[in-house]
Amino acid sequence: MIPDLGKYATEVLSAYGVSLLLLAGLLARTLRRGKSARAALKQIEAETKRHGKV
Amino acid sequence: MSIWEYANPVRFLALSAKVQPFAWGAAAIGISVGLIWGFFGTPDDFRQGATVKIIYLHVPAAWIAINAWIMMLLASLVWLVRRHHVSALAAKAAAPVGLVMTVIGLFTGAIWGQPMWGTWWAWDPRLTSFLILFLFYLGYIALWEAVEDPDTAADLTSVLCLVGSVFALMSRYAVLFWSQGLHQGASLSMDKQENISNVFWFPLVIAIAGFTLLFLALVLYRTGTEISLRRARALSARMEPRA
Repeated sequence: MIPDLGKYATEVLSAYGVSLLLLAGLLARTLRRGKSARAALKQIEAETKRHGKV
Repeated sequence: MSIWEYANPVRFLALSAKVQPFAWGAAAIGISVGLIWGFFGTPDDFRQGATVKIIYLHVPAAWIAINAWIMMLLASLVWLVRRHHVSALAAKAAAPVGLVMTVIGLFTGAIWGQPMWGTWWAWDPRLTSFLILFLFYLGYIALWEAVEDPDTAADLTSVLCLVGSVFALMSRYAVLFWSQGLHQGASLSMDKQENISNVFWFPLVIAIAGFTLLFLALVLYRTGTEISLRRARALSARMEPRA
């Protein structure tokens, strides 16, 4: 399945492995932070409405 | 209809919600096709062997690292001149994406350089300016975190962005300014003679398009996050006197 990378297999596979891990980490952190920020805003908006400040 | 309408956060978020599904989907397709085609479907280079497959990560990441800073520069200028908060928040949102791309560019460059040049690193003009760009990304993000008042932070980071843009441009054009160093010239060019062979060119262009769309999707989503956080802070501040 994996093409024959010859004597450079370590270099090529580690370049792909580390890069894809970094991209996955960036994506996960972005989505987690976005979710919590949007949830926090919803909660504050609801509280503000209850206090009649909007 | 003017572009400045999107300085209004509500309008920006409405447009962003329409664009994002396309951007996420096209990015996923572009990156998958570019990397899978590049990794499985292209031959080894006659001189570089299988290490040529690193190009499908290295070039798109470096492309985004440099152009993310240019996008931040434009957004910072809009903030400094017109004081639109969305532009300052978009610049802030782009910085971590640019930082990760710079790390990928540096890492894949080092791992590619070792077998080809016999060294992980050289103080070559292009590599050095790219390393300085990485330090500017760190400084930019740290400055946003360090300054409490968001408008002051936006002012200071915008000035830092102006200064750092010199190194973003040098990362791209250092090869032309100084004909020295290990790093080769551009892999892609308007001049067909300078381009890499078609067999590598097609998957590379698709990977670059995929990375660019991923950048767009991430920045739109992250700008939405920053707008939410800003609004949450403003509402909390309004609630505080009653508490």
